[in-house]
Amino acid sequence: MPETALRELTFAQAVREALAEEMRRDPRVCIFGEDVAEAGTPFKVLSGLVEEFGSERVLDTPISEAGFTGMGVGAAMTGLRPVVDIMFGDFLTLTMDQLVNQAAKVHYMSGGTWKVPMVLRTTLGATRRSAAQHSQSLHAWLCHVPGLKVAMPSTPYDAKGLLKTAIRDDNPVIFFEDKMMYKQKGAVPAEEYTIPFGLADVKREGEDITLVATSSMVEVALGAANLLEGIGISAEVIDPRTMWPLDEKTLVESAKKTSRAIVIDEGYGRYGVTGEIASVIAEGAFFNLEAPVKRMGAMHVPIPFSPPLEDVTVPTEQTVFEAARALCGKA
Amino acid sequence: MKTITDPAKTENAVAAELGIRLYRQMVRIRLFEEQVNELYTRALMPGLAHLYIGEEAVAVGICEALKNTDYVTSTHRGHGHCLAKGATPDRMFAELLGKEAGYCRGKGGSMHIADPATGNLGANAIVGGSAGIATGAALTAKRLKTDQVAACFFGEGALGQGVLYEVMNLAALYKLPVIYVCENNLYTEYTHFSETTAGDILARGTAFGVYAESVDGQDVRAVHAVAQKLVSRARKGDGPSLLLCNTYRYTGHHVGDINREYYRSKQEEQEWKTKRDPIKNMGEWLASQKLADASVLQKLENEVREEMKIAVEFAIAAPYPGVEEVDQDVYA
Repeated sequence: MPETALRELTFAQAVREALAEEMRRDPRVCIFGEDVAEAGTPFKVLSGLVEEFGSERVLDTPISEAGFTGMGVGAAMTGLRPVVDIMFGDFLTLTMDQLVNQAAKVHYMSGGTWKVPMVLRTTLGATRRSAAQHSQSLHAWLCHVPGLKVAMPSTPYDAKGLLKTAIRDDNPVIFFEDKMMYKQKGAVPAEEYTIPFGLADVKREGEDITLVATSSMVEVALGAANLLEGIGISAEVIDPRTMWPLDEKTLVESAKKTSRAIVIDEGYGRYGVTGEIASVIAEGAFFNLEAPVKRMGAMHVPIPFSPPLEDVTVPTEQTVFEAARALCGKA
Repeated sequence: MKTITDPAKTENAVAAELGIRLYRQMVRIRLFEEQVNELYTRALMPGLAHLYIGEEAVAVGICEALKNTDYVTSTHRGHGHCLAKGATPDRMFAELLGKEAGYCRGKGGSMHIADPATGNLGANAIVGGSAGIATGAALTAKRLKTDQVAACFFGEGALGQGVLYEVMNLAALYKLPVIYVCENNLYTEYTHFSETTAGDILARGTAFGVYAESVDGQDVRAVHAVAQKLVSRARKGDGPSLLLCNTYRYTGHHVGDINREYYRSKQEEQEWKTKRDPIKNMGEWLASQKLADASVLQKLENEVREEMKIAVEFAIAAPYPGVEEVDQDVYA
């Protein structure tokens, strides 16, 4: 293994490196959003990019999410490859017409003639004490719309590889980053690599139960798997990495092997990603299942500010551990 | 023997050529739309049809000032923009009927015709929905220094949409080569615009530093002249502009909107049709300038009528797309 493969980057650094590499590779790639240039975003994810690529390619915009997302759609159709920055996933509400009625439909409505090679990067995740309008995980909304792709990395390695793929994709891709994860470190090789969409990653192999987890919930599931190991339950943790396209095969095969599954996602449980994935597993692995597929998502409440209230709204290592133990009949 | 060119005559020939072209394009839109009405009435056309009759001078005046490579975005009332930008009626009718030969293989329909070959980024059925796209196209043109400009057509109904002002601000900040063309046909669906639009429309542009002016949208020469100025401004790097075109929708909001007296009088419609018809007035002007006489214009109209007839026949005879196409082109 080359020495560089041992290199560690934070999640934020991995995102920045993916952007920088793609901007060096392809002059059409550009960034726009609020405070993306000198400020490098409030999370400092983009620091240094404006210095290298200039303010035309790293373009600060007014607080006009609908306007600059729409501008991104038009720019993508006509020859640029914009990476639009929406600071908080909650602000997706302001971009919905541009994403749902414009970006997602241009290719189909035009009979395949126009394309929208645009990436929209945004965040998800609670427990940052940011209250109801800065803490939501709204990715399920976008997964629902034909024409969009949705990527949700859970490690620095995946963030870099998936973002490079997103930028090279000829379709609109919505890229969700867990804002609690930006400082988390992980191995990222210095060598060029990309990660294809629609390929789940088995984060931990196991025999007794499958924990399908996304984004922020992958760490939670891995923590729960450690606790489960302590009581003799071997959990497999799978991260689909892209919600659409979805690697149904890997999910179903794992559930067939373990015969039990829990799906954990930080979006709302009702009508959400967990419901869709649970259904995929139930349909695909029904005759191998020993128990109903369980869903764990955010509580069906606006995210509260008060820390003890907020903390109970999302799945934790402990709640996943307990659910898995119960599902395995060891309650 | 040396030929001496009469400069006045040359100028006259140029004026005649342009004038007749403007006239022909307006007639093409009018007769296209009459065929649409006919197709709809005969129940051959599925869905809705929003006719552009009465507003022809706007699309023609603007698009004749654009190059083929320049961009336009259009609206639910978009057949005129599409034709004026260079689309052919046969493939347009085919699209309106949901046929495979249509510009979008039948997947878009009347409200979504798009055509990369003529710079048409697409008609849009969300009011104001294409404002971002046009602005983005202008951003690309500026960034890649392609010398293109983008014209964003929208009705006065879109003045109620916030995104329009967001992108005007962006376009002014970045000095983008985009022309926002507001077609005020007086009616936002079934409501007079004065009931939905406060204040001064042009001031909505100038507040952002967007150059703004208005024009008689029934006078194709006036629209064309101001469009040339605004296009040249945009190409030179002088930034965005807002052009308010005062015009009139002769027919209903859509083809099924027949009884309109609860929102406007027949007398009002009649006055626009008789006194301010863009085609009639342009024809009279061409005649008065001795650029074309009645027989030339009649011949032209006959030619266009034949063109539309053949195009409609083509579309009616064209096959529907195979059902297997339904999930094709969802992703590129």
